[in-house]
Amino acid sequence: MSGHESTYKPQTGFTKWLDSRLPIVRLAHDSFVDFPTPKNLNYWYTFGGILAICLAIQILTGVVLAMHYTATVGEAFASVERIMRDVPYGWLIRNIHMVGASMFFLAVYVHMFRGLYYGSYKAPREVLWILGCIIFLLMMATAFLGYMLPWGQMSLHGANVIIGLFGAIPLVGESIQSWLMGGPSVGNQTLQRFFSLHYLLPFMIAGVVILHIWALHVPGNNNPTGVEVKDVEKDTVPFHPYYTVKDGFAIVIFLLIFAAFVFYFPNVLGHADNYIEANPLVTPAHIVPEWYLLPFYAILRAITFDIGPIEAKLLGVIFMFGAIAVLFILPWLDTSKVKSMRYRPVAKQFFFGFVVACLLLGWCGATNPDNPIVSFGSDKLIVTYTDSTGIEGSAVFDGYEEAAAFRGEQVTAGGTASLAIEKAGAFTFLHLGQILTAYYFAYFLLILPILGLREKPKNEPESIHQSILDTPHARSEPTPIPAE
Amino acid sequence: MKLLRTLIAGLGAASLVLSAHAAGGGKKPKAPEGGWAFAGPLGELEMDSVARGYQVYREVCAACHGMKLLSYRNLGEKGGPFYDPKYPNANDNPLVKAFAAEDEILDPNPDENGDPIYRPARPSDPFRYPYANEQLGRAANGGAYPPDLSVITKARGKGNDGDGASYVYSLLKGYPDPDKIKTREGEDGERVNYINFDKGETQGTLIQPIGQYYNPYMAGDSTAQWEGDPRHVPYGGFLAMAPQLTDGRVEYMDGTEATVQQMAYDVAQFLHWAGDPKQSQRKTLGLPTMIYLLLLAVLLWFSYKRIWRNVKH
Repeated sequence: MSGHESTYKPQTGFTKWLDSRLPIVRLAHDSFVDFPTPKNLNYWYTFGGILAICLAIQILTGVVLAMHYTATVGEAFASVERIMRDVPYGWLIRNIHMVGASMFFLAVYVHMFRGLYYGSYKAPREVLWILGCIIFLLMMATAFLGYMLPWGQMSLHGANVIIGLFGAIPLVGESIQSWLMGGPSVGNQTLQRFFSLHYLLPFMIAGVVILHIWALHVPGNNNPTGVEVKDVEKDTVPFHPYYTVKDGFAIVIFLLIFAAFVFYFPNVLGHADNYIEANPLVTPAHIVPEWYLLPFYAILRAITFDIGPIEAKLLGVIFMFGAIAVLFILPWLDTSKVKSMRYRPVAKQFFFGFVVACLLLGWCGATNPDNPIVSFGSDKLIVTYTDSTGIEGSAVFDGYEEAAAFRGEQVTAGGTASLAIEKAGAFTFLHLGQILTAYYFAYFLLILPILGLREKPKNEPESIHQSILDTPHARSEPTPIPAE
Repeated sequence: MKLLRTLIAGLGAASLVLSAHAAGGGKKPKAPEGGWAFAGPLGELEMDSVARGYQVYREVCAACHGMKLLSYRNLGEKGGPFYDPKYPNANDNPLVKAFAAEDEILDPNPDENGDPIYRPARPSDPFRYPYANEQLGRAANGGAYPPDLSVITKARGKGNDGDGASYVYSLLKGYPDPDKIKTREGEDGERVNYINFDKGETQGTLIQPIGQYYNPYMAGDSTAQWEGDPRHVPYGGFLAMAPQLTDGRVEYMDGTEATVQQMAYDVAQFLHWAGDPKQSQRKTLGLPTMIYLLLLAVLLWFSYKRIWRNVKH
């Protein structure tokens, strides 16, 4: 916390000399050694440290990959494979970088859901939250740019879809589109600028991360009770060694999962089509983004209707970006004075519903929207015909035999007839996606604002210290007998 | 609350699995009976099968399919089918040299007069490519360009170890029995090949276009060629490759009987190796890494317990 006094005492002549010129060791000491941290942080709070590791891993492996990668449409695909085959330990570096992107997003989603649950976006941490949202946005841009680089089928056609979104913007859309692509279509020049930006953005992320940590260290950590630190002595412990060891443990567990993917299932999180070299003339049957963008993709596709003068395509883009934009204003949407959902029994239910909605949106994003979840009745056959006198009509059949016989009769009689499937009505993934999209926005725009004013929260503990004493675990311990 | 949490965890897992996208209409490929030896974290490639598979590739597939990303030396490198510890540099491996020397390739550099040089390949050269350019490839194959097979096993399936090999294996031995392909006279007097289906709800006739071959494992849509209930179209689609494997098509160097099943199995395993030649190193390094991390985790857990022993939290 900014308020706490520095306990750093330079020991050697050099550190004393440096401290009076650039107190950088003092800064590190105050931020990562002696920083007072609430005692009651659980494992959900270890994901900040995990994310720092993720960023470092991505930058380190990325820099090495860039030494061997060739950003031209003719060679990109083969150069990535060459890294896997001929660069010493190139397979390891590439797998770490590729799996690392997924692990990074896994961790960031947990980190964000944790922030949502414990109200970490509320005063005095609004700026901290907004900086986090900026990091998230930069991460998505970086991941999208990076996915283009192996120059597989999904790289190219995914880029086409995403850049195409900008085309939906009225008036300037097409200009923006060709400005992004650097030409009339996604080509060599696009690949090269994507590579350049993919190298740039992680360092911008690193910059915003520094601001994020700065903004964290001014008010200090939130904690599972949502009650601010009142007594540094009783409520907190120094970051080191208490949280270095706890975060360290969590980081190693995370790395175990990470390593399992890297060594045993490196391709399971990706899409097989990206091992087919990009070909503008062949479009994959299903274009889907990487798993971590699927919920937003589902929101984009859920909008299939116009509202007033706004066409569905543009509206989908607005909703998709809106899904991220709404996070930026969340601190002012949630009206509740109570931070932690622990003490908000009703909001908690809506929160878990929100988590489920996000996961299901991911499912919708991965699935063909027309696929039925529940069908009402079964598909029928419809024969559309024009009889010899030129009268058009159609007839519906259950069985193929009758339908084919009817078609045959029409043709024999001198008309034309064709047979097609009439799909039974169904509740499809599109419908599910629409309901979930509605819930996604309702959670932020209706539920949190209204609930905060109407909900009767449970009593918050007086202090972090008190909350620890109140836990059943602490109560069961023998009470210390005062010395006589 | 516990139930809800379990539900969320379950949904998370399910959405991850399901997000691995449905394929377009092909029948789900089957692994050979007993599964692949290389599957799983501790699985290992059967190198004699990979070696036989290379023979199948060389004598059958290579006539039409190239493998741009492979060089002869890869065969003799560590983790490759002809690796010999006596020759740590694969370029010295006599077997690899002999394979390379059998193929004549165009030297990337012309002679001093600028004329092209055709010479026997060396281990450092990439595999001989069957066509000088794509147009030649298409012209030789009725318009269809045989895909490069370097990473074909990674380009099929859902990214699990063995998905791609199962696809190659299933496709190669999945063509319908030649006796089932019948011929009738079409309306304009041309010969029309067709296959009758009478299994379950899939009742009808599938017309096989000239120069195309039906295969249930090939991704595609056969609706346009289907005479029958359009709600029950057979799995799969058509490809321009005729069935290639017949019993005894190659004579294995190690004396193994070359049945269709055996050849499909071997070439699938060879292609699985070729798609990721460093997979043995990957798995070998995986185990000590996991053990190291696990021990580190245990140590940190006890350090954590010790450091926090006097702090209620």
